[in-house]
Amino acid sequence: MSRWLVPTLYIVFLLLPIYWLLNMSFKTTNEILGTFALIPLEFTLDNYIKIFTDPAWYRGYINSILYVVINTVISVSFALPAAYAFSRYRFLGDKHLFFWLLTNRMAPPAVFALPFFQLYAAIDLFDTHIAVALAHCLFNIPLAVWILEGFMSGVPKQLDEMAYIDGYSFPRFFVKIFMPAVASGIGVAAFFCFMYSWVEMLLSKTLTSVAAKSIAATMTRTASTAGYELGLLAAAGALTIIPGAIVIYFVRNYIARGFSLGRV
Amino acid sequence: MAKITLKDIRHSYYSSPTADEDYAIKHIDTIFQNGGAYALLGPSGCGKTTLLSIISGLISPTSGNIWFDDENVTEVDTIHRHIAQVFQFPVIYDTMTVFDNLAFPLRNRGVSEADIQMRVQEVAEMLDLEEGINRRAASLTVDGKQKISLGRGVVREDVNVMMFDEPLTVIDQNLKWELRSKLKELHQKVDTTMIYVTHDQTEALTFADEVLVMYEGKVVQSGTPVELFEKPMHTFVGYFIGSPGMNVLPCQVKNGDVVFEDLNVLCSNQAAASSVSSGMSTELGIRPEFIRFADEGIPVNVRRVDDIGRHQLVHVEHGQHGIKMICPEEQPITEGSANIQFDPSRTYLYADGWLAENSNTT
Amino acid sequence: MNKTIKQGAWLFVIPVVVLVAFNALIPLMTVVNYSMQETFGDNVFFWEGLRWFEQVLNSERFHDSFVRQITFTAIILLIEVPLGIAIALCMPRKGFWVSVCLVLMALPLLIPWNVVGAMWNIFALPDIGLLGYTINAIGIEYNFTRQPFAAWFTTILMDVWHWTSLVVLLAYAGLSAIPDAYYQAAKIDGASRWAVFIWIQLPKMKRVLTIAILLRFMDSFMIYTEPFVLTGGGPGNTTTFLSIDLVKLALGQFDLGPAAAMSLIYFFIVLLICWVFYTLMMKNEQQ
Repeated sequence: MSRWLVPTLYIVFLLLPIYWLLNMSFKTTNEILGTFALIPLEFTLDNYIKIFTDPAWYRGYINSILYVVINTVISVSFALPAAYAFSRYRFLGDKHLFFWLLTNRMAPPAVFALPFFQLYAAIDLFDTHIAVALAHCLFNIPLAVWILEGFMSGVPKQLDEMAYIDGYSFPRFFVKIFMPAVASGIGVAAFFCFMYSWVEMLLSKTLTSVAAKSIAATMTRTASTAGYELGLLAAAGALTIIPGAIVIYFVRNYIARGFSLGRV
Repeated sequence: MAKITLKDIRHSYYSSPTADEDYAIKHIDTIFQNGGAYALLGPSGCGKTTLLSIISGLISPTSGNIWFDDENVTEVDTIHRHIAQVFQFPVIYDTMTVFDNLAFPLRNRGVSEADIQMRVQEVAEMLDLEEGINRRAASLTVDGKQKISLGRGVVREDVNVMMFDEPLTVIDQNLKWELRSKLKELHQKVDTTMIYVTHDQTEALTFADEVLVMYEGKVVQSGTPVELFEKPMHTFVGYFIGSPGMNVLPCQVKNGDVVFEDLNVLCSNQAAASSVSSGMSTELGIRPEFIRFADEGIPVNVRRVDDIGRHQLVHVEHGQHGIKMICPEEQPITEGSANIQFDPSRTYLYADGWLAENSNTT
Repeated sequence: MNKTIKQGAWLFVIPVVVLVAFNALIPLMTVVNYSMQETFGDNVFFWEGLRWFEQVLNSERFHDSFVRQITFTAIILLIEVPLGIAIALCMPRKGFWVSVCLVLMALPLLIPWNVVGAMWNIFALPDIGLLGYTINAIGIEYNFTRQPFAAWFTTILMDVWHWTSLVVLLAYAGLSAIPDAYYQAAKIDGASRWAVFIWIQLPKMKRVLTIAILLRFMDSFMIYTEPFVLTGGGPGNTTTFLSIDLVKLALGQFDLGPAAAMSLIYFFIVLLICWVFYTLMMKNEQQ
């Protein structure tokens, strides 16, 4: 019984702030500032209605999801051949290259915020979804290569050789045989790319202003212009949990195995 | 060292088993004598690993008792049963040296460091592990690692029984022989009861003094390798042991005669034919080794001859029934029609799979 | 695995190299450029050499935020790694509840970082937050916007809340890859619970734990959004970590030269620590 206690307490601890956020999101601003109550006394959906009816709000979500999806697609599809090369071949400078790629995962976004702004402004991509998607590649591609390389190293080389003997051309082999063999790896890599792109806020805020404004930017700017509208902020925050929850639901069976990154 | 008695063991992985099929172990009642070398032989899924886990105490049986000598150990946990086990793939403690691996069971039992030094040295010598004994165990080859897991059992002096769960599965073919003879040698030296689980008949027959053949959660026959070969108590034993296995042919019993496709066949257990009741399905079992060509007998058609080293394996056909027979290498055989004869003393009648027995004797 | 030597494999890598280099090298050159020049606006630059580096390395402000950063990273690693392992050890191995546990635990990982900050702000506010209100109600004075200790406590608690799950998930993945035979063998060898942990579970988790520590180190060393939203670096500068300080310097004060020099020093420190870690890991793996 005591074994159950630890994970249970931990999950309760995880859920408390989320519960409080939800609690706040159903309260009116007056109630939030006036009383302390564990459940909303004047239950209201106004905060959510505002978000779903005001384009300035709901566009933020659409923009964020757009650049996250673009980034995930780019990161994984670029990382696939590279990870294959790293897992199967030795070539001049392979180890250094691999480490160099990883170093970009270690680059603090704060370091790059300003130069990114200038770079994407210079090539006329500022305030577009593609700009954020490309910028997030900086840390997501190295991560995807790293994860996929792990999974691919776990696939025996005989698979490749068999396919050549059976007369498969390389692209056909890669798509028809190899990719299904590392499907869980692709799933995990996509999950991580989605995760880091969805949660990263500094670059997405820096690189967008109006047209591709991310939900983070919407939240901070609204928070400062409309004063301290905690209920609205809580509702906006609560809604950002949903895409993540959906993604987790889809990968729930891979989480335990997938997080080991293929080779334990 | 101990005599192990299994009494009325049944085990099911379901919490509330109802039908017979729910049981992984249907019913087992057997005795392992002190110091004997036993093998549990059977196809995968026959319950042999479950039985092993029941003896070691990793699983407690749904019903029945286990006795080590005069002590009922059914409720005793693994550590106090004083058993040793070698698993399918080597289980070693990667971060320890070979020495520490071997010393681990002794240290856990609070043996003095001086005694440990002595015992480990002795065992390492026995298993050819002295070289590189201070190296990390993870650096050894698979067979070296398997020797370590074996050594961790041998090193203890209190071991009641040593069990092997298909220990050679991951070992290279050419090293299998070496390890197997090492095991045999070990058994002579340490004189512990050993139980060896395998699906490989060669391993079982060469290792054990007594082989228990398991099939669908039951021990269908136990005996010496010769007994199993010469007198299979169940068609499964006949089929599973021997290469190729026994020919099993459908037959009828009419007025005490055994009839195969309108031909009378003499069986060694002919007397039991009269006690076979009419509802049973009856079969005839004859090993390929005990069939020979003759001038008269069962007419067959010779289909194919395979050279299998020192013998020839001949595939013949009588009607729709394929029959295999083994002939000496030098015997000239031509394809086409011929006659064969079964050795009556090695031909058996089976009823519902089991060797037919005279009701008076049972 | 034996790999074939094939220089043509470069072809597979080029797209990634181009894309990452575009994102990494050009901005990095920009930073290097700034770090050695002085500007008074209008794109007029003056060569400054290594003066900014000297200035940053000698500035008390940098020292302070660096010390804060190291302290913060050390504390959260010391809490999250053992806690994560402990929780993973207590998790059930099979069944329906495993999925439920894992899904719930993964939830904080997918919440945008500014929302994490905002959520904890609301949660910890002394007058209307559940945490702040409760702590004050039991008689301890607590206000993270005024008391440095409370600010640190809240920031660390937030990070533990946010990231311990990553360690749990990785450790759990490592644990569930251990075959049952290891536990059975340990039982037969008479190993204690502690011996099983030290000699079986910990060695088998080594790889995933290395990944967990590396990821946690990198991410905590770069932490910006969550504490910025929660405390804004305050009270005073008490929770101003390196990234917050850097952004203040670059975007707040627009001191491009010192900010760029600080960026490079900052990046270099992360690289150095990760390189040491990476080499040790590789060395270990080859053994």
